[in-house]
Amino acid sequence: MPQVLHNLRETPSQTAGPYVHIGCTPNFTGIDIYGGDLGKCMKTGPVKGQEITIKGTVFDGTGTPLRDAMIEIWQADAEGLFNSPEETRGDADPNFTGWGRSPGDMETGEFIFETVKPGAVPFPDGRLQAPHITFWVVARGINIGLHTRLYFEDEADANAADPILTRIEHQNRIPTLLAKSEGSGTYRFDIHLQGAGETIFFDI
Amino acid sequence: MSLKQGGYIPRDRGWQPDAFTPPYKTSVKRSPQAALLSMPTTLGEETGPVFGHDIIGAMDNDLIHNFAADGQSAIGPRIIVHGVVKDESGRPVPGALIEVWQANAGGRYRHKKEGYLGALDPNFGGCGRAITDETGHYEFRSIQPGPYPWPNGLNDWRPAHIHFSIFGLGFAQRLITQMYFEGDPHIPLCPIVGVLKSQEAFDALTAPLDMNRTVPMDARAFKFDITLRGRRQTYFENRPEGL
Ligand SMILES: [Fe+3]
Repeated sequence: MPQVLHNLRETPSQTAGPYVHIGCTPNFTGIDIYGGDLGKCMKTGPVKGQEITIKGTVFDGTGTPLRDAMIEIWQADAEGLFNSPEETRGDADPNFTGWGRSPGDMETGEFIFETVKPGAVPFPDGRLQAPHITFWVVARGINIGLHTRLYFEDEADANAADPILTRIEHQNRIPTLLAKSEGSGTYRFDIHLQGAGETIFFDI
Repeated sequence: MSLKQGGYIPRDRGWQPDAFTPPYKTSVKRSPQAALLSMPTTLGEETGPVFGHDIIGAMDNDLIHNFAADGQSAIGPRIIVHGVVKDESGRPVPGALIEVWQANAGGRYRHKKEGYLGALDPNFGGCGRAITDETGHYEFRSIQPGPYPWPNGLNDWRPAHIHFSIFGLGFAQRLITQMYFEGDPHIPLCPIVGVLKSQEAFDALTAPLDMNRTVPMDARAFKFDITLRGRRQTYFENRPEGL
């Protein structure tokens, strides 16, 4: 017998279930606690860069909107810096958290984030990535949180050089990652869990 | 040469549940069918939001009292749930935000869309949160939740459980899971537990009774340790990024 590797195994994931909002956005469910829900507001003061709104809906394989999902986003500020202790390249905009959490609308399931358009962030090899926002989706029926990315349809040049987008074999699926401008700084980003237009999800 | 934190170690998808698990019916139409696209972690996954201890109120980790009227407390068996958050290398994760939610002692959630006939407890909200200390420890107090029926099979019951949402230091570590209680006969019957692939995985989510942490004449204790993904530690030659 060789020596034992004392590595631990990641705790197994379980579904967030239908009541994730009790734990993560309790005020949204009518439980008045904590002085407000975390992640509701991404701007704590005047922010640098272009302020944008992102709207979208998560659909299941039958085309039905999910009304019990929780969506989180994580992104760099307008200059490409993350508001995180793990950020070593500089100080991010102190008025921008970079992290948002939405329970979606209770009736329609539509999520909304009031945020800023992120700057470019380098890939591990130094090449620049196109501006993007990380999405993480959990809900009843989702056994392990799904990671995807929002890219901007109006950043065609940056997208064409993006280290991740260019390595995708099925280039016809890339539009599933592109947020479409609806004018006046609003973008739509719908997420399809399954079906013909299934969003690309990442094993990160 | 210097020691560098590398990217996150890939998730062990053979250990974690699959997306498509037909006995858990809701997964059937909510599971992506294309293969996940593999990519190395980048800055967006290696950084993450970190929450200061200042956001935590004095009662946030006390579900017995944090929703109760003055002088009242939630009904049910009083418990302490505690444990350590580590990464896959066994290093403690300080500053991890843990959010929990659960049904009351009668198996009822405080939620508009909840239809179970079990009674609400006016003194129980069902949510709490804590941040791990410098050694990765967390603790909260609650009442033991009851099992409850759910519409999947005609007679499916969830084992008693507490839902956990955990933030580590990097967004790649983001995790939601459920804690079960040692000895619950519902554990092997539940289709949601059943998405796990091995007895070892069931056991990893089952908290043992911890008599050493029990407070006599007050509350029993259960210990639930959590492991988040770890990063590679590598020695590297000092050279500019990208070369
Ligand atoms: Fe539950």
